[in-house]
Amino acid sequence: MEPKGEYYQLDRLLHPPALAPNYKTDVTRSYKYALLSLQNSLSEMTGPVFGHNELGPLDNDLIRNYAKDGDPIGQRIIVHGRVLDENGRPVPNTLLEFWQANAGGRYRHEKDTYLAPIDPNFGGCGRTLTNEDGYYFFRTIKSGSYPRRNFVNNWRPADIHFSIFGPAFAQRLIAQMYFEGDPLIWSCPIVRAIPDDEAIRALIVPLDMNATVPLDCRAYKFDIVLRGRRSTMFENRLEGN
Amino acid sequence: MVQPLNYLRETASQTAGLYVHIGLIPKQVGFDIFENQLGETMVTPQTKGERITIEGRVFDATGTPLCDVLLEIWQANAEGRYNHPEDNQDKPVDPDFRGWGRIGSHFDTGVYRFETIKPGVVRGRNARAMAPHINFWIVARGINIGLNTRMYFSDETEANAKDPVLNLIELKKRRQTLIADRQERDGEVVYTFDIHLQGDQETVFFDI
Ligand SMILES: [Fe+2]
Repeated sequence: MEPKGEYYQLDRLLHPPALAPNYKTDVTRSYKYALLSLQNSLSEMTGPVFGHNELGPLDNDLIRNYAKDGDPIGQRIIVHGRVLDENGRPVPNTLLEFWQANAGGRYRHEKDTYLAPIDPNFGGCGRTLTNEDGYYFFRTIKSGSYPRRNFVNNWRPADIHFSIFGPAFAQRLIAQMYFEGDPLIWSCPIVRAIPDDEAIRALIVPLDMNATVPLDCRAYKFDIVLRGRRSTMFENRLEGN
Repeated sequence: MVQPLNYLRETASQTAGLYVHIGLIPKQVGFDIFENQLGETMVTPQTKGERITIEGRVFDATGTPLCDVLLEIWQANAEGRYNHPEDNQDKPVDPDFRGWGRIGSHFDTGVYRFETIKPGVVRGRNARAMAPHINFWIVARGINIGLNTRMYFSDETEANAKDPVLNLIELKKRRQTLIADRQERDGEVVYTFDIHLQGDQETVFFDI
């Protein structure tokens, strides 16, 4: 395959900076030197490829993939959408992974000491590949909000965490989605680390009645946008002579 | 008014958070939910190339190792070819090497460790050779957007001196933050690559 164009630069004014001091853990974990600007080489424009044979049949069904003796407690939902690039082109066959708290706001994780109970039938993680149109979906229960010590009294909005690959290592992304109508979104220092309100709103997903399964399961739609790339016209600097 | 460009805007990055393990490396928190944990094993007996171990720790500004960090690496094979359809170098793909690994640092010691092979030279921009290197991506609680850097090899002095990326780093002493030290331990080759998020020894991170 001939090389395609380079990726558009990451929009550093849209993404959160390394240091957003109200998110306290940033203070000792943020770089102070300037980043080194690097134009794309093969090292940034390539990335790992995954196949359907690496995933299990229940990997995208969080209602069933850890169930022991029944369904997990909580509101049944489908999360679906497309992975696109900035040009609006679908990103096909790319790996998405997701993890979340249970309906009570508790993660199945030894570091989570919140008093809400573990749900014996809920693991809280899953994964899937987008299809040829960049479309993905999974089924889960709606996560609950949970307290953090960023302020004395601070709660994270209900969230689902996403890891997304794209074809290039330069597109590697971790994001979170939040639910329409959650009053905790705008008081969360992790959300507000994003300096761009429009970019925050793009993480808040609407109820999608058309995708709801009647009498069974509601749906939310979350489209994800990765960096786009230039066309190759007038540009062969990657190749040289 | 002018015509709108109609580009979509990127989805904003958010921290991987404290519980990233359950999503990406669930075995580390003791639950076997998937049949395979992606990125756990990089090398099989059939993989070509020199076996190496990369280990190190990721330190915060106080010099404390992070015990909750997740690292991914992406690298070329022993011939210097990426296992990716857009790598058009005239070199063979190794079908037994994807070139991608993922690990969390140890919950008590903060040590991370990859078992992999040493990559070859990769063609860089304008056909300038890039010294053998491994691309790192680092996420954790307190890191709002994944950190990109590269690891180079201490036994590649000549290639490192000509590397187009290392040479972009103006402050020469900071180039050393990207060079992993090679040692032999019980007959095995071990490279130590410590990463410093902040402070005097801060690692050079890239805007790629
Ligand atoms: Fe969360």
